[in-house]
Amino acid sequence: MMNSLILNAATRLLVALLLLFSIYMLLRGHNLPGGGFIGGLIGATGFVLYAIAHGCSATRAALRVEPQSIAMVGLGIALAAGVFAVFFGDALFTGQWLFLGATEDDYGLPLSSVLVFDIGVYLVVFGSILTIVLALEEEV
Amino acid sequence: MSWLLAAPLIIPFATAVLAFLFRNGPEGRWISVMGSAALLIASGLLMQAVLAEGVVAGQMGNWPAPFGITLVADLLSAVMVVITGITGLAVAVYALADIEERLEKLGYHALFQVLLAGVCGAFLTGDLFNLYVWFEVMLIASFGLLILGGRRQQLDAGIKYVTINLVSTILFLAGIGLLYGMTGTLNLADLHLAVQEVENKGLLTVVAVMFMVAFGVKAAVFPLFFWLPASYHTPSVAVSAIFAGLLTKVGVYALIRMFTLVFTEDVDYTHTILLWVAGFTMVTGVLGAAAMNDFRRILSFHIVSQIGYMILGLALYTPLALVGAVFYLVHHIIVKANLFLVAGVARRIAGSTELSAIGGLYKTAPVLGLLFLIPAFSLAGFPPLSGFWAKYILVKASLDLELWLVAGVALVVGLLTIYSMTKIWGNAFWKPHPAGMQPKLGSLSGRDRASLILPIASLAILTCVIGLFPEPFVQFAERAAAQLLDPVDYVATVLGTEVEGATGLAQLEGIE
Repeated sequence: MMNSLILNAATRLLVALLLLFSIYMLLRGHNLPGGGFIGGLIGATGFVLYAIAHGCSATRAALRVEPQSIAMVGLGIALAAGVFAVFFGDALFTGQWLFLGATEDDYGLPLSSVLVFDIGVYLVVFGSILTIVLALEEEV
Repeated sequence: MSWLLAAPLIIPFATAVLAFLFRNGPEGRWISVMGSAALLIASGLLMQAVLAEGVVAGQMGNWPAPFGITLVADLLSAVMVVITGITGLAVAVYALADIEERLEKLGYHALFQVLLAGVCGAFLTGDLFNLYVWFEVMLIASFGLLILGGRRQQLDAGIKYVTINLVSTILFLAGIGLLYGMTGTLNLADLHLAVQEVENKGLLTVVAVMFMVAFGVKAAVFPLFFWLPASYHTPSVAVSAIFAGLLTKVGVYALIRMFTLVFTEDVDYTHTILLWVAGFTMVTGVLGAAAMNDFRRILSFHIVSQIGYMILGLALYTPLALVGAVFYLVHHIIVKANLFLVAGVARRIAGSTELSAIGGLYKTAPVLGLLFLIPAFSLAGFPPLSGFWAKYILVKASLDLELWLVAGVALVVGLLTIYSMTKIWGNAFWKPHPAGMQPKLGSLSGRDRASLILPIASLAILTCVIGLFPEPFVQFAERAAAQLLDPVDYVATVLGTEVEGATGLAQLEGIE
């Protein structure tokens, strides 16, 4: 933990920006560079910054949930999204699509299990990075 | 097909999630045991399919190869997954008595299962980038297991472990990038064909050496092994047993896979380097072990020296030598994990793994003595145990090529292994306990005794079975080696097309 006024003030803004950017990266990843892995890394960076500025206990309080639990929930979500395809007779990890409000010449709102998988990956990466960093930071 | 291939990945991941949910109660450890048993069954079914039908491949998400991620199992992959199942189950049972509640609450069982998933994934993937992902899964899980509990000594080991592994990862990634730039594909089967078209053979060799260094770090070969003896003796016994048995062997597997399937263009150059590496690895490992005085540290250095034998099998690159390498891999995982488990029981009843601080085990716990002797003699290569056949095949392979020096080194290293094993035997088992303690297995509760001794005894029996009836195992290794040397079947199954022209075996005959 660093006692720096500049860092403390800047962190407030940066954490929010990083978290927003991480979600942008997560959603962008479907067709462009990005995705759950990099999104999770960026999101975790936000909280790592917070931990450096305000300490680990404040970070844990801000997270509300244990980072290990976040990672495991993510793993469960990713796994479920992968196995989900089997119920429709497809190979594992085949994307399943739902086109909300689709008409003859409009796809409507496409929803996919691919995004669910990516959200799972996001949470796994986010949770495990924070688990490791907080464990190391608390030890020092 | 895709189910059979994905089950060894899905089962441990699902078990990890369940075990984590129940980490505060006793259910977590039983979930871990059941998950490991299910993994063993799944791996058995996969093995059955591979034996019956040859190479099995499945495309994840229905994306056809070489664009999507392919899972593929040939005989080598299948046997490695089976061995992972066996060791995983043995260690999960052992962990019932070995892992403290404090570590369970931190999520030990979940991390253990994620590690198993990572190992299985590395064995089953048919895609180079996916292999990198599985390496990362393993790295994160093993780092977590290594520092679990957070003692200073563990953190020190963990930092060394992660730093050197990250260096290896960077090289691995850079190699992947260069290879992709040259060939435009990362599917291993497709690479096998594509590297033959590459015009810049010099750059290909450079990339081959980058992969050699990257996997060499993971496999702990000379001169990149120093992280291993610095870290493997620090975590709890169950953790170090699974590390000792499986982790470095993933590096060896990756080396074997890449240098039989992809990098076979300049065998004279790459495999000569491997031959030197193998020799030095054997010698430095065994000499390091001779200088150590701690049960687990001695065993750690012996992992290094034994890795040398497996690399030797790959470096000689003849059918017989690869048979030896495959046989050695299987034999070694069982034996080495078992020795670490024995070390754990010795610590439990005699109070330490430091050889000067324990003793008298033979007098008061003769059963443990017997259970130590079986894997220890097998490691050193005594007939009729499994290690004898493994060493015999490799020495014969080097003699066939008239590499007298290499064969001599392999034999002398075997002798020095006996020296280390007798040092453990003399200190831990024969000499009286320095503090006058009388270590007895009876001092453990009945339940603890069962869950500690049962896995050790089962693995020891397996070692004896391989030693006494080597014929089917050698035949199996012969078939696996034949697939490695002539990957037509592998390539055709993955790509779904017939392959023409020169492959591994044809090139090999060209060299001879």
